[in-house]
Amino acid sequence: MSKNINSMMLKRQSAEKRFRFYGQASLAIALIMLVVIISSMTYRSIPAFTNYGLNLSINLSKENIAQDNINYRRLIRDNISLLDSGCDDRKCRKEFLRLFSSGAAYELRDTIENDPSLIGKDFSKFILFSDDADLFYKFGIDNSLPESERRLNDREITWLNGFKELGLVEKRFSTNLFTNGDSREPEIAGVLGAVIGSLLTILITLIISFPIGVLSAIYLESFAPKNKLTDFIEVNINNLAAVPSIVFGLLGLALFINFFGMPRSAPLVGGCVLSLMTLPVIIIATRASLQSVPPSIREAALAVGASEMQVVFQHLLPAALPGILTGTIIGLARAFGESAPLLLIGMVAFVVDIPGSFTDPATALPVQVYLWADSPERAFVAKTSAATLVLIFLLIIINLAAVILRKKYQLKW
Amino acid sequence: MPNYHGLFVILSSLLPCIIFLIVFISIDGFIKGVVIQNHLPNSLILLGQEEVDFSVSILRNNIHNLQSILSLEILSTDSANSLYNYYFFYRAGFLTLIICITTFLAYLAGKKLNVRFDARRNVEKILKFIFFVFSIVAVLTTFGIILSLIFETVRFFSQVSFSEFLFGIHWSPQTAIREGQVGSSGSFGAIPIFTGTLLITAISMLIAVPLGLYSAIYLSQYARPKVRNYFKPILEILAGIPTVVYGFFAALSVGPFIRSTGESLGLTVSTESALAAGLVMGIMIIPYVSSLSDDVMTAVPESLRDGSLALGATKSETIRKVIFPAALPGIVGAILLAISRAIGETMIVVMAAGLAANLTANPLSAVTTVTVQIVTLLVGDQEFDSPKTLAAFALGLVLFFITLVLNILAMVTVRKYRERYE
Amino acid sequence: MVDGTENDIKPNGNYSSDNNLLIDCKNVDVFYGDKQALYNVSLGINEKEVTSLIGPSGCGKSTFLRCLNRMNDVIDSCSISGNITINGEDIYNPNIDVVELRSRIGMVFQKPNPFPKSVFDNVAYGPRLHGKIADKDEMSHKVEASLVRAGLWDEIKDRLNEPGTSLSGGQQQRLCIARAIAVDPEIILMDEPCSALDPIATAKIEELIDELKTNYTIVIVTHSMQQAARVSQRTAFFHLGNLIEVGDTENIFRSPENEQTEAYVTGRYG
Repeated sequence: MSKNINSMMLKRQSAEKRFRFYGQASLAIALIMLVVIISSMTYRSIPAFTNYGLNLSINLSKENIAQDNINYRRLIRDNISLLDSGCDDRKCRKEFLRLFSSGAAYELRDTIENDPSLIGKDFSKFILFSDDADLFYKFGIDNSLPESERRLNDREITWLNGFKELGLVEKRFSTNLFTNGDSREPEIAGVLGAVIGSLLTILITLIISFPIGVLSAIYLESFAPKNKLTDFIEVNINNLAAVPSIVFGLLGLALFINFFGMPRSAPLVGGCVLSLMTLPVIIIATRASLQSVPPSIREAALAVGASEMQVVFQHLLPAALPGILTGTIIGLARAFGESAPLLLIGMVAFVVDIPGSFTDPATALPVQVYLWADSPERAFVAKTSAATLVLIFLLIIINLAAVILRKKYQLKW
Repeated sequence: MPNYHGLFVILSSLLPCIIFLIVFISIDGFIKGVVIQNHLPNSLILLGQEEVDFSVSILRNNIHNLQSILSLEILSTDSANSLYNYYFFYRAGFLTLIICITTFLAYLAGKKLNVRFDARRNVEKILKFIFFVFSIVAVLTTFGIILSLIFETVRFFSQVSFSEFLFGIHWSPQTAIREGQVGSSGSFGAIPIFTGTLLITAISMLIAVPLGLYSAIYLSQYARPKVRNYFKPILEILAGIPTVVYGFFAALSVGPFIRSTGESLGLTVSTESALAAGLVMGIMIIPYVSSLSDDVMTAVPESLRDGSLALGATKSETIRKVIFPAALPGIVGAILLAISRAIGETMIVVMAAGLAANLTANPLSAVTTVTVQIVTLLVGDQEFDSPKTLAAFALGLVLFFITLVLNILAMVTVRKYRERYE
Repeated sequence: MVDGTENDIKPNGNYSSDNNLLIDCKNVDVFYGDKQALYNVSLGINEKEVTSLIGPSGCGKSTFLRCLNRMNDVIDSCSISGNITINGEDIYNPNIDVVELRSRIGMVFQKPNPFPKSVFDNVAYGPRLHGKIADKDEMSHKVEASLVRAGLWDEIKDRLNEPGTSLSGGQQQRLCIARAIAVDPEIILMDEPCSALDPIATAKIEELIDELKTNYTIVIVTHSMQQAARVSQRTAFFHLGNLIEVGDTENIFRSPENEQTEAYVTGRYG
């Protein structure tokens, strides 16, 4: 009998150990996945911060040109063709030219406009290779594939190897991810336009959802009579908080764009849609903050002769403000990372110019990540990964702001 | 107090003014459309809906300037003049009306002012009313969602039959762009989409529920307070990562990884397998399950735990036989919310799951979900009235309804649980 | 103090200081973090009799009780030093399996805490865990015997499938006692078992304790001196974490040796 009891105890003890292990393992798996995702993005984004290029000599001394009449494309083309390509026909020369980034002309224009004294001189300009060439230098190419399935044919590879042997190829650190807008060319594409678009959108979201949210919550918490209508409103708010974000996109499409006729692709519409999504979050956070203010404050204010509304605005609200702001920031952070509703209201347009107003076509950073992820060019992989890091970084900052705010202003009752 | 009096006048007059302005701006697009439609020449209307829509939108942008209307050469000079005048007088009239009403109301309010007038009370009444209206915005939003979805869905069902949608197993939403185009017959049987959603949701739950529950159990019952305070927020970070990042990770790393692993085992695996999307979605949902479960398990009274331990039970036996059953309704609520989240998830599946509607239970194949179809049908250039775009709204209505039911069930279950212990 | 009326503090039945020592505690100190809760407590508990621990609130009696079945281990900040042996075995020895130890000691808490399961499942919980009972009939007998011993059988024999939480307060507490008995402990620890009950339920439980002492060693913490006097054979008086005096109950209440004890039992403070 006691042997059975002993074996029973052993079974129970090993069951205990296993159970505890499952708990630890589950937690570990979740955390490991977090680390895997972040490090995978980081690793893949490294190539986005370097560009391969070539120092091209620009010979302007022999040209007789006026500054307002320069054809930069032609300049680039002519000076590139001075490099030895061994080309006879036009097709070959075109292929040779395509090894270089099409943004080179813009870069040259910027350089000359910044320093017009360069006209009539010979100087050297660092121009970038195109994305396929850039990838070739970074990762090499799979020679086992037949020529037709590769992005670079044998002749192009010979040229690129030739540049390298001549010592013309230079690798430079690049920040164009942060300084440029979107582009079809991966090597010069950047997220600046998307970040500005996101900021404009979030600003609209804040302007709309903060006052409406806080004041609704104040009403529901302090002034609303306890009747069925109020219950109904509360049920609605709780439900809205859990509605899938894409449904808000559908609402935005049907209501704001089709019925109101607002411009597609504008931060204004995006902000309106996101504010409907953020509203329940702010209301719930505000109510929780108001509820956590001790009733003694309210009673003290009433005893001094303040009206109900004065109590709320002069005493309760300031006391609850840290919690309200924290909740708002967290809600805005969630909106910042949203992309599904924005896809539906059209903020997917290819937008190169940095948006300047709330009604200019724009895109948002998460949408930019989505668009780039869809691109066939392999070079966009690095840029997309880098963009996700920018997105995560900005979100960390926003959330940190919320945490710091909460810690700093948290009144201890 | 003087400022309350002034505030009273301002609020009484400006408030209706603002309301009218909002109404004016809201219906402006609609009015423009109607007025322009009435001015279009018959010859244009005969050219087809597409031409009409195009003309309407261009005229919309130029309606403020007579010269630009004329330069478009869509309307005759007479029509152009008439259109411009119509709209101009409509606008002028409306705005004048608003100004008159505002001034009148200000005058009325001013008349009320005297020393005995309790301005503060009245101002507060008005403010309370404003706040009440704000609080209705949430209700209006819900109604707006339901109405707009239903409206478009009804139009959808006028072109596609109810039974085909709900019971058909063939989803191939093509429509003719021009008459007589080949491939114009579309089928709108949504069953493969529903099964696709179910498949990916099921896979994600298989990951999220065990990992989430066990993490919650470990953090709430086993871990020391220091460990718990440290790791619980880190787990929440998983919920804070934008879903595009998850989607990109799934498409870039997980999909190909599963594919190559599968192929080395001799299986045919798609790069857009349901398994890839489901796995990543499961990881995203872990914090939803673990956070709520942690809260409900911590709320079980300690006396129950002590009672079990004092009887000579191990910690795991206490958790399995006493704490977990006691917390079960709350945990069920948490799982329901997680399922609702999974069903409504868009970006991960758009980027990692397939587009072709595939009726299968094989997690290694590519399936599509409701949310993917909604995005695919609406992103891109389509006219708004084709059954293709309307189908997106029909799917949206189904999605909204199902998540609504799940959310309500979850709320009810958790509420019942709270009543037990508080 | 004795005048023959019902309100007397009466000594209880047969008692003797010669009973065998079952639990022996020597120099026990207990800390919650930096705060010391028990100071150098040395106390022996005799088998098959009722020992009561009395003293004003916060004096450490519950803490001491929870040391005996190592329930203080559950509290992170609690640390214990000293020597506690049961049947000569040091229960804080690292080789001791706490789970097995607790299966030999039953505990009844201040507020009845039946599990949200049926009455039957509540009582059967312990035996099922320890796997000592194989078949269903044996289990039913065990549950019935425990409920009989706890004085609850007649009242609920038709309601075995109802949830334990649906019983009255007094019944719930007796259910918890039945639950504790079902694992066949040697010792039953009771932490103010009647403080949440009405006087009638309290009387029933005191009767029960008297019957139980023939089979079990009982240590009871109580803030009611009348209860201690009615129910126990030996009494230990605690004050501010110190064991002030321990002795036969009659002596403690009639002629305490220590001044503090006398002040407490005569109601001058407490």
